[in-house]
Amino acid sequence: MRERLHGRSGWVIALLVGVLAFAITVQWRQAEEADDFSGVRGAELAELLRSLDATNARLTQQIDDLRASRDDLRDSNESTAEAREAAIRRANTLAILAGTVGAEGPGIEISITAPPGAVTASVLLDAVQEMRDAGAEVIAINGVARVVASTWFLDDDAGVRVSGRVLKPPYVMEVIGDPDTLADAVTFRGGLADRVESRGGTVEIEKRRQIQVTAVADAPEHQYARPASED
Amino acid sequence: MIPVIGLVAGIALGLLLQPTVPSGLQPYVPIAIIAALDAVVGAARALIEGRFDDRVFVISFVSNVAIAAVMVFLGDQLGVGSQLSTGVIVVLGIRIFANAAAIRRSIFHA
Repeated sequence: MRERLHGRSGWVIALLVGVLAFAITVQWRQAEEADDFSGVRGAELAELLRSLDATNARLTQQIDDLRASRDDLRDSNESTAEAREAAIRRANTLAILAGTVGAEGPGIEISITAPPGAVTASVLLDAVQEMRDAGAEVIAINGVARVVASTWFLDDDAGVRVSGRVLKPPYVMEVIGDPDTLADAVTFRGGLADRVESRGGTVEIEKRRQIQVTAVADAPEHQYARPASED
Repeated sequence: MIPVIGLVAGIALGLLLQPTVPSGLQPYVPIAIIAALDAVVGAARALIEGRFDDRVFVISFVSNVAIAAVMVFLGDQLGVGSQLSTGVIVVLGIRIFANAAAIRRSIFHA
C-alpha cells in the first residue's frame, strides 16, 4: 500500500486533477455558447442538411398544392359569377318576353278613335300582328293590358275583352321597338290605319324616344306543361 | 490537500483565461473529460477502500484519456465517430456508476 497524497506524487496528482478541472470548465463554457455548428461532425452536418432539404422539398410541394387549389377555387368562383350574370341577363330577357316586369324604351303610341263597334277584336289582333311583324318587343293596350304569348282577344258588348279584361274605346297601343318601322307598319296601304278609317275612325301615331310600359301580365301557374329535360 | 489546490487552480484558470477549445480538439475534449472522471472516481473509491496507489492513478488517468482520444480519432477515421463516442461514453458511464455505488456502500454501508 503506497498511499501518497503528499510530496512529489501529490503534486502530480494535483496537476492531473487541475487539468481535468480546467478542461471541464472550458468545455462547460464551450457547450453553453455552442449554438453554432462548429462542434458538429461533418457526417452529422450532412445528415442535418439532408433532413432540411427533405423538409424544404416537402414544404415546397405543399405550397404548390395549396396554390393550385387556391387557383382552382378562384377559377370556379369566377365562372360562378359569369354564370350568374348570364342567368340574370337571360332572366331579364325572359321576364320582358313573358310580360312579368315593366319595360321602357323607344317606340310609338297609337291612338285609335272609332265609333262604337267599329274596332273589333280581330282589328286589334291584326294590329298586334302587324306590330310584331315590324319587330315590336313590348305591346300594351290602354296602359292596362300587356300583350304576351298567351293573350287572347274577344268581342264584348262594351268593347273588346283582352285576356279577360274589358277594354273600351278609345284604344291606345303603346309599342316598344324601332319607331320608324312601327309607324310604317301602321300606315302602309291596306294596313291598320286604312282599315280603321274605312270604318269611320281615325288613327294617330306618335313616335316617342321613351315609352314606359308599366302594365304587367299575370304569370300563370302551369298546370300541365313542365320544362323538358335538356340532357 | 494538494489535489484540492490543483482542483481549485484548474477551475480558476479556466474561468480566468476563458480559452476556446481548438476546433481540431473539439470532438476529443468531452470524451477525455469523461475518461478522466472515470479515473478520478476510481481513485476515490480506492482511497476510501484504503488501497489507493498514486502510480496506478497517474497511469490510469493518462491512459484512459489517451485511449478515449484514440478511439474517437479512430472512429472518425472509420466513419463511425459518433457511434463510437456514444459507446465509449456508455462504457465509462457504467464504470463511473459502479465506482460511485462502491463508494456509497463504503460510506453509508447501504
